[in-house]
Amino acid sequence: MISKEEVEHIAKLARLELTEKEVEKMQKDLSAILDYFNLLKRAPASAKVTVAEAKNPNFRKDEVISSYDIKDKLIAAAPDKKDGYIKVKAIL
Amino acid sequence: MDLTELTIKQAHEGLKNKEFTSVDLVKAYLDNIKKNNGELNAFLSVTEELALEMAEEADRKIATGNFGMLCGIPCAIKDAILVEGQKCTAASKILENYTAPYDATVIKKLKAEGAVILGKTNTDEFTMGASTENSAFGPTKNPNDKTRVAGGSSGGSAAAVSANMACYSLGSDTGGSIRQPASFCGVVGLCPTYGAVSRYGLIPHASSFDQIGPFAKNVEDAETVFNAICGKDPKDATSADYKLEDSGIKLKGLRIGVPKEYFAKGLNKEVEKIIRGAIKKAEDAGAEIVEISLPTTEYALACYYILVPSEASANLARFDGIRYGLSKQDGNLLSVYLKSRGEGFGDEPKRRIMTGTYCLSSGYYDAYYKKAQEVRQLIGQDFTEAFEKVDVLFCPVSPFPAFKIGEKADDPLSMYLSDIYTVALKIAGLPGLSLPAGKIGNLPVGLQIIGNHFQENKILSVAEQIE
Repeated sequence: MISKEEVEHIAKLARLELTEKEVEKMQKDLSAILDYFNLLKRAPASAKVTVAEAKNPNFRKDEVISSYDIKDKLIAAAPDKKDGYIKVKAIL
Repeated sequence: MDLTELTIKQAHEGLKNKEFTSVDLVKAYLDNIKKNNGELNAFLSVTEELALEMAEEADRKIATGNFGMLCGIPCAIKDAILVEGQKCTAASKILENYTAPYDATVIKKLKAEGAVILGKTNTDEFTMGASTENSAFGPTKNPNDKTRVAGGSSGGSAAAVSANMACYSLGSDTGGSIRQPASFCGVVGLCPTYGAVSRYGLIPHASSFDQIGPFAKNVEDAETVFNAICGKDPKDATSADYKLEDSGIKLKGLRIGVPKEYFAKGLNKEVEKIIRGAIKKAEDAGAEIVEISLPTTEYALACYYILVPSEASANLARFDGIRYGLSKQDGNLLSVYLKSRGEGFGDEPKRRIMTGTYCLSSGYYDAYYKKAQEVRQLIGQDFTEAFEKVDVLFCPVSPFPAFKIGEKADDPLSMYLSDIYTVALKIAGLPGLSLPAGKIGNLPVGLQIIGNHFQENKILSVAEQIE
């Protein structure tokens, strides 16, 4: 069984606040799910992981597709904004 | 005549012959929604005003005599696909009050065709689930048996078509989310090849898996919708230059592969009987049935449930209380993140974020994520070899028909295991279709037809011939 501390550590990395009850349930659920993943240990070794399958390449030019036309709408969707900028709490 | 029973083609003919207008169609569907949605919960929001506006515009276009198949035909859209100016919640509390700032590319394409949008349909939260029970706004009930689930994640879109609350609908499929609810509700559902349809404006779940596809009353309608939404989009780099062309194939002489691993232990006997029956029907029509093996099948679920949550944990990082939706502003920046996400996400997204973060974290990455990527290649190779021998594959969509609401809700692993026949082809980026093949009592059972990359034309043609 995955420990309470481990769940809390992962939750912190994932920026998730979990209640005491959620941590307990997560210990149980994650343990069952991770146990199931052990199945892969039996899978044969494969060739190295390649970036794109040779048969199905999908290369493109390195160009910027602008979404400038919807900039104002995107900012309007943010919960807190000022003068066309999204407001974030001070971090320093 | 009940207008809501018409297929796209029949409704199109009626519009052409001036038997009724698009506004008539919309009103008939809105009536059905008002009557049935309270109980079924297929729609999260009904866009009545927009629908009537679009119908009036479609009627003006129809009056000119120059209009396409989808013009004036009412449809429903999964609530994970953006429709400008309408709410888009992904069935999550974190987006409960979020309004879409732009149209998804598929919506732009449908609008250009003159389509009419009736509303946004229910889904598992962030499309994570196989029953729509993970929706923050309650499950969708199966129109064929209201004590059972409609399937998921696109359960609302499937139920809407099945209960004549939309002529067709759009859903999205990451690991079975179109085919499984189509199977449970008894409609046609197509998950296209990875890259066939633009995902711009689809709230992402796992970006190397997600695809948008149609639900329809028959194969011909599914083809019409797919044809309207597929193709290259500069706003989705993974989209491919793709045109649907008639395959011209006939069942006679067609080689149909039947993967033996998909008929192993765990498959409901009645489901097996129906699927074997469909295979027999194809054989009687002259197809050659070839038993094949996909030896990596047993690893597909574990591979899928490592890769998909890993990608999801990164994709859902954008919901931080700063950019969209729910925001808990107490305390410092870290506390905005923690509290907004802690309060906004439901159990399943939390579970997947945790699983994904775990699999990607230092010390576990090699054992889980990297290993799963290697297995992904093996699974792809299995299918590549299979399609050297056969044209399409036939197998079940789900090991059982629609299950009872609540039956699997408290056991996430058993819910994951229900995806056993739908995830492997997604790992390989292949297209698949669910075709109604029979019923167990009231409960529909779908046959899954899998094709090689970008061979939707073959799948659709085969499906139409045995429909």
